[in-house]
Amino acid sequence: MKGVARRAADWIEQRTGFETFIRSFLFEDIPASTGWPHVFGSIAIFLFLTQAFSGILLAFNFAPTPGEAYNSLTYIMRSVTAGRMIRGLHHWGATMMIVVVAIHMVQVFLYGAYKKPRETTWVVGVTLFLITLAFGLTGYLLPWDNKAYWGTSVTATIASQAPFIGGYLRRLMGAEDGVGVVTFARFYDLHTLILPGLMALLVVVHIYLVRRHGIAPAPSDEHPSVKFFPRQVFRDTVAIFITFVILFLASLLIGVPLERLADPTDTTYIPRPDWYFLFLFQALKFFRGPLEPIGSVVLPTAFIAVLFAVPFLDRSRVRRLRQRTAAIAITILAIAGWGALTMAAIITTPSANTDGLTSKGDSESWASFSPEELAGVGYFRQEHCESCHNLIDGDPKVGPNLASLPVRRSAEWMIEHFKNPSQLIPGSNMPPIHLPDAGLNALSAFLLKLTPENAARLMSAPSNASDGAETFVTSGCGGCHKVNGTGGDMGPPLNGISSRRSKEWIARHFDDPQKLSPGSIMPPYRFAPSDQSALISYLFSLPAH
Amino acid sequence: MMYEVKATPSRRTYLVGAIYGLTSLIAAALGVPALIYLFHPRRETVSTGWVDAGDLVQIRPESPREVTFRSNRVDGWKIRSEKGSAWVVKNDDGTITAFSPWCTHLGCAYHWEVARRAFACPCHGSWFSITGKVITGPASRPLDRYETRLEGTRIWIKPVRQARGI
Repeated sequence: MKGVARRAADWIEQRTGFETFIRSFLFEDIPASTGWPHVFGSIAIFLFLTQAFSGILLAFNFAPTPGEAYNSLTYIMRSVTAGRMIRGLHHWGATMMIVVVAIHMVQVFLYGAYKKPRETTWVVGVTLFLITLAFGLTGYLLPWDNKAYWGTSVTATIASQAPFIGGYLRRLMGAEDGVGVVTFARFYDLHTLILPGLMALLVVVHIYLVRRHGIAPAPSDEHPSVKFFPRQVFRDTVAIFITFVILFLASLLIGVPLERLADPTDTTYIPRPDWYFLFLFQALKFFRGPLEPIGSVVLPTAFIAVLFAVPFLDRSRVRRLRQRTAAIAITILAIAGWGALTMAAIITTPSANTDGLTSKGDSESWASFSPEELAGVGYFRQEHCESCHNLIDGDPKVGPNLASLPVRRSAEWMIEHFKNPSQLIPGSNMPPIHLPDAGLNALSAFLLKLTPENAARLMSAPSNASDGAETFVTSGCGGCHKVNGTGGDMGPPLNGISSRRSKEWIARHFDDPQKLSPGSIMPPYRFAPSDQSALISYLFSLPAH
Repeated sequence: MMYEVKATPSRRTYLVGAIYGLTSLIAAALGVPALIYLFHPRRETVSTGWVDAGDLVQIRPESPREVTFRSNRVDGWKIRSEKGSAWVVKNDDGTITAFSPWCTHLGCAYHWEVARRAFACPCHGSWFSITGKVITGPASRPLDRYETRLEGTRIWIKPVRQARGI
């Protein structure tokens, strides 16, 4: 058996030279001083490959257009087994990749490993760092939730502030009229086609250059060189494994948030960039008015330019790490500055508040809601809204939870939305609700009243009460009668009617009001029997006051 | 394999073993969820229920009729409302049978041949009797049936696709 495997390997080797290539790669001479600080480049490559892997898996179930993107991502997270975890791998992998690439750069910077003849290795490395950031920036938009939409809108605006090229940048992003389908298509293209190809290519160039010049030895390293395999490969593997364990646990245990579907009309949303860009966000606060582009564009560009120029600015000969006080000072200052700005940004970020949702209607039973609100409960049931929406929590459904929506909508917005859901929320799967205007009004009144605290009480209303409230609303009773404080004054208030009249009396009164209440201007009402009995039981359930 | 010798053989074995071991662990921890992600059946949120497929009076005994209906189908992240059809047969005892409209061979649409009093699939020449049994041809199993029930004279069927693929 072994003979066969050997012969097959020889056959391949003779025709491809793969084995020789892999051997020469593994048995490369490296300085004896190479050690644990040199593992970060390998971790970065590992994370890039993991990102490609999880990204390809996500793309199996992802529809790359706005709206559909959100729906398909919801599908990945709710319906596809292990989908939540695959998204976790991709999300946390992205975060870790930025961290690891940054640490790799700091290590190379501190060791002065960019010095002659390794300048081009550094330049390619900085480019790879920028590509990593570009991955983060373009991937941010793809969930198409509020965070994605608003975050990218800010990015597009910042890009358009760039002196001279701002307009072109904005056009290139397809965001001349705001972030939309064109921006999405271009970001998806960048994220899944251009950037991965570019990064793979430059990683190869980067490794080629590292190999061509060898790993930079420590200045004091007088020892004979050692082989890459197995000792350094072992260190790399252990470091990669630790990284992977962190990534794996994070993707299993820490949920990746998916906010509400992107809503360009949401005026309450406060976008914040991802944590690694928070310092830029904070720095921007120091530049007001015409100075703003300095903070948003000029300084970051200058920083990148300096980063590229590092090997050309520092041409001193290689020194020991301890003697590189300037490099250490710059690194500490940079990290401290980044940390301080990031902290400041976090501290000043208002926590996503749900105030205003919890203030009203706390101790009320269903009977004290207005007829319109209660009728809304009836329409909610009649239209089977609960087959796609939870009120607070429960097994995830297709539509959002209605009581815990972070944004309050106006009644006008809701009614428009009911009539044509996908017009106000692009990509919405919700079917239009065909109800008369009174019904749509009631439904919106109910949803306006709905809070996480009163949802259970509202839904505990018996169906004959909510049906009765529907009849009350569609018959326009509130035009003349007050119930629970709302309604007209023409007729008597109806609270407490159960103590004044019998059910039979009310039924006969509907037939011929003037007969029982001489002088009444109420017109006679002919209800369907079921409507009439529901209406009467509703009136009888009203609180007395 | 000829390895570079520096470390003692036992230490070397340990290092190489650790490299292979840890790499395999990572591959397994990534590979298994990926396979589950790709192959484990989806959790369906809404299932197709019963649909009204017309009236019994439209169907004569011994004469299968293709009925059409609309039904909702969960298609990935979308719920589609789509047209479906079934061949409905009125049995001698007054019950009804509904056949799914796809030939059990390779999923072509078949039809009722009045002259030969049998279902014919033009794709590869399968023939089925009025009870769905294979008369001749490459099809190896009878026509698939949908669950049916009668409410008065209304025909209700539950158009659920068979797990076999067609």
